[in-house]
Amino acid sequence: MKKKRLKINNISLLIAVALLVGMYIAGANIYDRFGSVSTILNLFNDNAYLIVVSVGMTFVLLTGGIDISVASTLAFSGVLSAFLLEKGWSAGVVISLVLLIGAFGGYLQGYVIHTFGIAPFLVTLAGQFLMRGMCAVISTVSIPINNEFYKAAALGKISFTLESGSRPKLYYYVFIAVFVVFAAWYVLKYTRFGRAVYAVGSNEQSAQYMGLNVKLVKIGVYAINGFCAALGGVLFSFYTLAGYSLQNMGLELDAISSAVIGGTLLTGGVGTVIGSLVGVLIQGIIQTIVTYQNLNTWWTKVTFAGILCFFILVQRMVAIRAEKQKEA
Amino acid sequence: MKKLTNRMEFRPLVSLIIILLVCAVFSGGSFFEISVVEGHLYGRLIDILRNGSRYMILAIGMSMVLATGGTDISVGSVMAISGALACSIVDQRILGGLQGNVFAAIVIALGAGALCGAWNGFLVAKLKVQPIVATMILMTAGRGIAQLIADGKIVTITSDAYYYISGGYILGLPVPLFIAAFMLIFGVLITKKTAFGLAVESIGINADSARLSGIKVERNLWLIYIFCGVCAAIAGMIESAGIKGADCNNCGLMIEMDGILAVAIGGTSLSGGRFSLIASIIGALVVQTITTMILAFGVAPEVIRVFKALIVIVICLAQSPAFVAKVRNIFGKKKVVA
Repeated sequence: MKKKRLKINNISLLIAVALLVGMYIAGANIYDRFGSVSTILNLFNDNAYLIVVSVGMTFVLLTGGIDISVASTLAFSGVLSAFLLEKGWSAGVVISLVLLIGAFGGYLQGYVIHTFGIAPFLVTLAGQFLMRGMCAVISTVSIPINNEFYKAAALGKISFTLESGSRPKLYYYVFIAVFVVFAAWYVLKYTRFGRAVYAVGSNEQSAQYMGLNVKLVKIGVYAINGFCAALGGVLFSFYTLAGYSLQNMGLELDAISSAVIGGTLLTGGVGTVIGSLVGVLIQGIIQTIVTYQNLNTWWTKVTFAGILCFFILVQRMVAIRAEKQKEA
Repeated sequence: MKKLTNRMEFRPLVSLIIILLVCAVFSGGSFFEISVVEGHLYGRLIDILRNGSRYMILAIGMSMVLATGGTDISVGSVMAISGALACSIVDQRILGGLQGNVFAAIVIALGAGALCGAWNGFLVAKLKVQPIVATMILMTAGRGIAQLIADGKIVTITSDAYYYISGGYILGLPVPLFIAAFMLIFGVLITKKTAFGLAVESIGINADSARLSGIKVERNLWLIYIFCGVCAAIAGMIESAGIKGADCNNCGLMIEMDGILAVAIGGTSLSGGRFSLIASIIGALVVQTITTMILAFGVAPEVIRVFKALIVIVICLAQSPAFVAKVRNIFGKKKVVA
């Protein structure tokens, strides 16, 4: 059973990687300057915050839960940090504070979901409304960030010149996102907590009987997700150097669909953070192609939804086949 | 008396009355003033009924979907599609052969809503994809499709016949209210006078046993999602008629959350089962009354979300047996093991 499920995940992830590479090669053939190192590095530069958020979301999805409050948490950390920085707080204090608030918010949601047995969708809906509302309480207009540290973080980059004369660059904050991906990958694969996440997602009851700490896992994943969302908010404020209350409406669905494309099943128990990373990159490359083709940006959403649909169908078909084999 | 308090409509009705009383006290009675201008009724209460009709219509469709244990988060996008389609036809941007016929535009927009619902139904009923994931596809794509229909522009229209959908009056009352009432009566008739309502509830409680007892689960799910799509299309047209144009970026943005909230206030469990359309309608009125109240008191509209969050939290906790047991244990009235 377990083995078969892992197989489903691998096929889906394999297709996703093939699609990513295929789109890159196709783009490189069609457009000048597409097939360069810059294109690849910019995928990371522009999507660093989404990578972090998707990693957090993967934890929650692996336990079979869902969190639709991440976009609001991200916006809230952006607005709060911009507000506090304007008041003259130091960058270190502000960043630790918003990360703490994010993690604590996630913890509270997880606590309510686990202890009172309320649907995660509803609880995080409340979280979404609350965070978005709190943004508006702080400020309804965009607050610019003039802090020196933030500016340094926003502009600090590795830049080099290639023989062809192009100058690809990689911003330092991308390393935070890459670090988060590897840390999450390590935690999920090699730690007791990570294995327990998969166990709870596959079958909560048997995990309980095995003596695993279900409560810790279920609350922990929401806290991790809240932390990642807040970290995503910090990265996003590096990216835009401003905090605005209506930032990133609907980002939670981008994060969820990235995870689904990367092979995470929303029923829980199956999925990897590497898959989610691939999902985000696919989204980024569609965006790039749409820009190169000079199309209406809404094509990004339509294409991405089509790809999402395709992956859901693939997963369903593999699952149906597995069910039939089991019956036979 | 006991029977009255047991009805599903009782709790949401009490909350609505409490909120209205709060409004009355804080506004010193001016909240309830209704004046007659040129034979039309004006006032905050009328505003609530007019602006709340979108929520009411959405809540009717959403109640049935939630009662089957599903969710439809694509309604906002479907609203954008129907608004964009109807406005583009009325403005003769597409399908010029119809010469901006309003009636044809409405029929086509309703058809588009039904088509969207059928797509959701196909994924949920036929392919058995989780409803939230299945409808997420249309939620992401729908707004893009609406943009493509409207060619990325905000379509503004000049058509008194189309404005009538939102701004017209019948017997001194706004037209959207009559549309909502019609949908409610239609919904109540098919769920209470036919076996359809029973089928909806039994699918929500246990789809497998519903199928074993001879209910055509697939067909009913299709019908429910199509109905929800049509409701969304109607709401979309009311909204676009209200702003006299189609703004694909903002039409019905995040309104699915309000629709689900309205149904939840009405007491329908999100895990499926028992539902009441009238209770959901009252839930929709509660959502709209809070919005109107906050606007009337001059608070920034964005802050409304904080109040909505508090309401969701209270409802969730009140519906959770574990929480109720915990509270009872604390107060020592009754020892209940959670």
